[in-house]
Amino acid sequence: MLKWLHPYAEPERAYQVAVKLQFWFIGLALALVAVGTTWGLIFAPTDYQQGDSYRIIFVHVPSASMSMVAYMSMACAAFIGLVWKVKVADWAVASIAPVGAVLTLIALVTGATWGKPMWGTWWVWDARLTSELVLLFLYLGVISLYASFEDKVLAARAAGILAIVGVINIPIIKYSVDWWSSLHQPSTIKITEKSAMPSEMLIPLLLNIFGFGVLIIAISTIRFKAEVLARNSMRPWVRELAKAQGIK
Amino acid sequence: MQFESFSEFLNMGGYGFYVWFAYSVTFFCLGTLVIVSAKGQANVLTKIAVKIAREERLKETREI
Repeated sequence: MLKWLHPYAEPERAYQVAVKLQFWFIGLALALVAVGTTWGLIFAPTDYQQGDSYRIIFVHVPSASMSMVAYMSMACAAFIGLVWKVKVADWAVASIAPVGAVLTLIALVTGATWGKPMWGTWWVWDARLTSELVLLFLYLGVISLYASFEDKVLAARAAGILAIVGVINIPIIKYSVDWWSSLHQPSTIKITEKSAMPSEMLIPLLLNIFGFGVLIIAISTIRFKAEVLARNSMRPWVRELAKAQGIK
Repeated sequence: MQFESFSEFLNMGGYGFYVWFAYSVTFFCLGTLVIVSAKGQANVLTKIAVKIAREERLKETREI
């Protein structure tokens, strides 16, 4: 397994794989999000309690759940980078962090615009909302730690440690609605039992959740390419590429 | 189709402002992120190319 994976840890190989895969990811993400959003906005039935305001769910839940998934993937990459000194993993951390931060911001803003008509307030300091805000600060911490060292090996180590320590926040977000009484409603999608949602609402929601997931991969891949090039600027293959594409 | 007319669709059962605000923030943020990320590679390559050009100019002046 490791023997098979090892060549992909080589920067040039990783870059080429990213170039090949990026268009597939972008295409799949756009298709899924387009279908899911249109379905959710126009065709999904109106909620009997919340009226049409519930349609915010089709962007709120995907961005919130994927902000956590992105964090876990970033932390896994950080762990691989720290333990096995795999540099491409460090660069993956740097590429995922801004994407996750934007998703967390989207989750917070769409949550506020859903909270205002339903709860009567944009924001409350309850467990779910506060822990999601902490997630945003963790992302910002990782981004700024990575940006503040000139030596990127050291920067990746510092950012990686913060990313791994921050994992403690993920189960807190996930179970906050069960552990503490909260304004936030508990999860409607359940993996082990039947979901508390009719399938005409559930399918577009799942499409968008999956679509946002692929979108994270797509944007991270695009950012990863730039990161690989920036960190290998002295290598001949990057210099060739820069001479060919750099000056227009 | 859940809506009778386009204006009803925009109105979102009275929640139009909140729904459209949420959707526009989402797609504005995602769009900006995609554009900034897509430009990243070109920026990096330009920086490296400028650096290479500078090194070559330095080498030339040294040779004279």
